[in-house]
Amino acid sequence: MMMTIESIQEEIIDEFSMFDDWMQRYEYMIDLGKSVPLISNSNKTDDHLIKGCQSKVWLHAALEDGKIVFTADSDAIITKGIIAILLRVFSNQKPENILAANTNFVDEIGLKEHLSLTRANGLVSMIKQLKLYALAYETQLKN
Amino acid sequence: MSFDVQKIRQDFPILQRKVNGYPLVYFDNAATSQKPQVVIDSIVDYYSNYNANIHRGVHSLSQEATDVYELAREKIKQHFNAKHNHEIIFTSGTTHSINIVASGYSEILQKGDEVIVSAMEHHSNIVPWQMLCEKTGAVLKVIPMNEEGNLLVSDYDTILSSATKLVFVNHVSNALGTINPIKEIIEKAHQYGAKVLIDGAQACSHILPDFQDLDVDFYVASAHKMCGPTGVGFLYGKSELLNILPPYQGGGEMIKEVTFKKTTYAELPHKFEAGTPNISGGIAFGVALDYLSAIGIDAINSYENELLNYATEKLLEIEGLKIYGTGKEKTAVISFNIEGIHPYDIGTIVDKLGVAVRTGHHCAQPIMEFYKIPGTVRASFAFYNTKKEIDIFIEAIKKAKMMLS
Repeated sequence: MMMTIESIQEEIIDEFSMFDDWMQRYEYMIDLGKSVPLISNSNKTDDHLIKGCQSKVWLHAALEDGKIVFTADSDAIITKGIIAILLRVFSNQKPENILAANTNFVDEIGLKEHLSLTRANGLVSMIKQLKLYALAYETQLKN
Repeated sequence: MSFDVQKIRQDFPILQRKVNGYPLVYFDNAATSQKPQVVIDSIVDYYSNYNANIHRGVHSLSQEATDVYELAREKIKQHFNAKHNHEIIFTSGTTHSINIVASGYSEILQKGDEVIVSAMEHHSNIVPWQMLCEKTGAVLKVIPMNEEGNLLVSDYDTILSSATKLVFVNHVSNALGTINPIKEIIEKAHQYGAKVLIDGAQACSHILPDFQDLDVDFYVASAHKMCGPTGVGFLYGKSELLNILPPYQGGGEMIKEVTFKKTTYAELPHKFEAGTPNISGGIAFGVALDYLSAIGIDAINSYENELLNYATEKLLEIEGLKIYGTGKEKTAVISFNIEGIHPYDIGTIVDKLGVAVRTGHHCAQPIMEFYKIPGTVRASFAFYNTKKEIDIFIEAIKKAKMMLS
């Protein structure tokens, strides 16, 4: 049974509540960023590149059984750690659910600053792009 | 007199604050400097006591505001040893100043003329000239740089010719801190009759250019990097050159006479100062220059060099750390990377420890391309920073390295 976006978000909030301070949170994210292979090299092309002023993000989407499978990567490890969390929430979900979801949980796990516009790390554009893919696939499925 | 940094620090209220639970260590001075209380007070004083529009009113308040604003112009002229007050044009900052000159020359340059920029310019000193060249058919040439981050002056000699009309170089590179040999660059350009614009945004808080001695044609800078407020800066230009440049914007203040047939433009400096200017900003800029002069730019420079040498030495002890911009003549700026770690990650971790540095390409992508790197971490020091802060910064960098390796 597929977990809903909301329940995954709650699960992540729960996990992060175990950390005492920012350092533990960041160590966890850095570990995530180091360990996960998030995108196949053949998809790590300029077509899939989202340019931030500071770090680069690659995002690829494919529709499988009515759900969108996202893969992504970044050249900065903390950005990549956050990407791993975002993919856990949004990948393998139906387009309509992705469109309806918000990203407030990022605030609750103490990583809000990474989604602020001044960071210019590509994450804000990545979320926008996730939603655009969802919108495109939703339209495609309807027709 | 010894340099009393503790006393100076008391002039800057922001240095007392904490960031993320740690005392602020502000090493992003090349982006903008902090402001001393006297500068902040001068803005409050203007709005509290003599706010009025300038240059027009016959009433006393307007006269008072005009006098103080014009006094600020006089201070800038004196500080940089310009010949005349009207050679100082108030602008919104360096970028605005550059655009006034670029836009003016777009009506003067002709196809086949050549303009020269350096390889280490800020985007604001590349893009307007590219636009200028596109518009006029002039050709853009580039003075290359070497691995140390120094301009190759011998290459400059070979691209200079009688076709060269304009040369644009920054006094100090924002990404590397290199101090460029502008006097030599200006002299050589003048041998071919070319005019030179120097972008002094990164220089004026560390060194004191003498406009007449340099014989520079245009010099531009922003107040906010010199302890002044944001949104104000100046364009210095020799009278005879400013007189032939067409005005940049139309509006109030810049006219002499308006009929529907023809408008005649005001004299310098008002020809380039259309609309109500940033009055409080201009006044506060003057106060900032007074503040810097009272400490002394030479004293500031030698203290900052001490900080630069201390930090350079400490940073180089960190394994895998590489500094970009290692020329002999540089201001208190250190751009660096640690092998295998993205600058963004380092900046994020040290920020959590209260240390403010800049990361990224510093709006100088050609430099990053030269070194084949995505960006750097840049620490830039000011005269109110201390060696103790450098120690905190070094520890933060080591911690980030440990977490990210």
